[in-house]
Amino acid sequence: MSPEDFFGIGSELTEEDRLVQSTVARFVDERALPLLPRAFEEGFFPMELIPEIGSLGILGSSVHGYGCPGLGALAYGVICEELERGDSGLRSFVSVQSSLVMYPIATYGTEEQKARWLPKLARAEAIGCFGLTEAHGGSDPAALQTRARLEGGNWILSGSKMWITNGTLADLAVVWAQTDQGIRGFLVEKGMPGFHAQAIHHKLSLRASDTAALFFENVTVPEQNRLAGAQGLKAPLSCLTQARYGIAWGALGAARSCLSTVLDYTRTRELFGRPLAATQTVQRRIAAMVRALTLARLLAFRLGQLKDQGTLDPAQVSLAKWNNVRMALEIAREARDLLGGAGITTEFPPLRHALNLESVATYEGTETIHELVVGKAVTGFDAF
Amino acid sequence: MNPIKILVAAKRVVDYNVRVRLKPDHSGIATDGVKMGVNPFDEIALEEALRIRERGEASEVVVATVGPHEAESQIRSLLAMGADRAIHIETTRETGPLEVAHVLYHLVQEIEPGLVILGKQAIDDDCGQVGPMLAALWGRPQATFVSKLTLEGGRAQAVREVDHGLETVEVDLPAVITTDLRLNTPRFIKMPDIMKARQKPLDRRPFENCGIDLPRLEVEAYLPPPERVAGLRVESVSELVTRLRDRGVL
Repeated sequence: MSPEDFFGIGSELTEEDRLVQSTVARFVDERALPLLPRAFEEGFFPMELIPEIGSLGILGSSVHGYGCPGLGALAYGVICEELERGDSGLRSFVSVQSSLVMYPIATYGTEEQKARWLPKLARAEAIGCFGLTEAHGGSDPAALQTRARLEGGNWILSGSKMWITNGTLADLAVVWAQTDQGIRGFLVEKGMPGFHAQAIHHKLSLRASDTAALFFENVTVPEQNRLAGAQGLKAPLSCLTQARYGIAWGALGAARSCLSTVLDYTRTRELFGRPLAATQTVQRRIAAMVRALTLARLLAFRLGQLKDQGTLDPAQVSLAKWNNVRMALEIAREARDLLGGAGITTEFPPLRHALNLESVATYEGTETIHELVVGKAVTGFDAF
Repeated sequence: MNPIKILVAAKRVVDYNVRVRLKPDHSGIATDGVKMGVNPFDEIALEEALRIRERGEASEVVVATVGPHEAESQIRSLLAMGADRAIHIETTRETGPLEVAHVLYHLVQEIEPGLVILGKQAIDDDCGQVGPMLAALWGRPQATFVSKLTLEGGRAQAVREVDHGLETVEVDLPAVITTDLRLNTPRFIKMPDIMKARQKPLDRRPFENCGIDLPRLEVEAYLPPPERVAGLRVESVSELVTRLRDRGVL
């Protein structure tokens, strides 16, 4: 029995999905983990990984055609899990590109938009970001204030977006704005006059990730850059469902990293004449971690089955995102504590994960939002 | 030189990250629920074959394995890495180096490769015998523990890692090459290639059909290495001499 997969759920994956997992795991171990602690400490995204991520073919893994592999939901899940075992910032980079940029283009875009952007985005020759959240708060997207008005066949965009992952790196921003017909999505390209991105500094979380504010000062966006199939708030919310699904899996990776660190450490660290792992207090805490991780893994796996069957309800994704990120955050904090003083530098990953997971618990729907989604699904009352 | 065919032999082994455990009855290594993988030296062998093919010096790369039905997942990963086709000689029992060498010799006669490349040893039993045995059966030259390989005019130049440093040997093709760790770093598998590997030809054959009937090694028991006993600290040279005398070594 593996402590990280106590019920052997991995053996339920197909041969292909297991190969996806072992390939991404090797990439994370050999290429990403040597860079991530310093990237976190110094606050930058390791840019040299971008072409390698593109060449692996993990971007837009669920998209069929346009140079994308067309893998299933479980494959996307294990990709997120392995990446977040490295760092939530690395998983965020891929989540945004796959679920928040490539997914809306593949789902709501015109044929021309798909052919122009998807192959480049898959190869990481173009980077995308997703602009929905604004400075006044992300939990009430219906109240968004960015406006787009039609003028002589073009759209004029004005407003701003906040907490945008990949914002300064992006060649392309999927931006959601209020129009006279309701919320619509636009592909805003780097270099369009009036569009600029500004990095957000002084973060204590997701430091190995590019986070930015986006500003639109009367940006002229041609009608051909509007996502033709996206009408109303349900379009950006459908993107969030995809990303939240990946986060429910990603949290398993962060938790696994913390658990394996704690197991290695407490088995060899001797105190009062015996290994820490040979004491009842430590074993109870480790057993509790294994229990929480095992339950979260079962949840993620079932979620993947439902997604591949096409019967997934967004409330189920909400419950899993809420549960699994909470699980990972608690394991990361426990792991930091069990490492004692050794747990406070970048040498060991738990505190880095714990700090990252503070953001992961907030973005893509806070715990309260997910509680209200589940509450509405089971009571029938909308309490937002 | 016309492009050659390359046969790569690969073995399914316990993943290199796993700490192996014995079965309780000492009849073998516990593999139930244990992560398995391709012998890392054999991945290096495939990588080298793919690079030779990509330079236009080989026309086809065939991988072969001898092992249980489950070894198909290792074969799929080798096909996803880039091998053109695979041959799986299926058997549920343990096979020894000589049996595997005979299987490969059988395949060599069928495929007529210009090169057979395989790991210098498998990380499970560390025998390191299949390559040399195949060369002997086939009556062709071999270069083992190779860390650099170049082909020119029907010959292969191989740099070998030996105890006193590096040795360069030249062999006529066809030849057997066994790989050392520093020959190359195997590539990452690309996601779209995982899907494509499903379509590549995989030829499954029962071991019994190879017509190999050799005396088999009988394994009586597997035992872990004995635990090391802690050393003694002595206070003085005279105590050291006394202790050594007591043990009869002086």
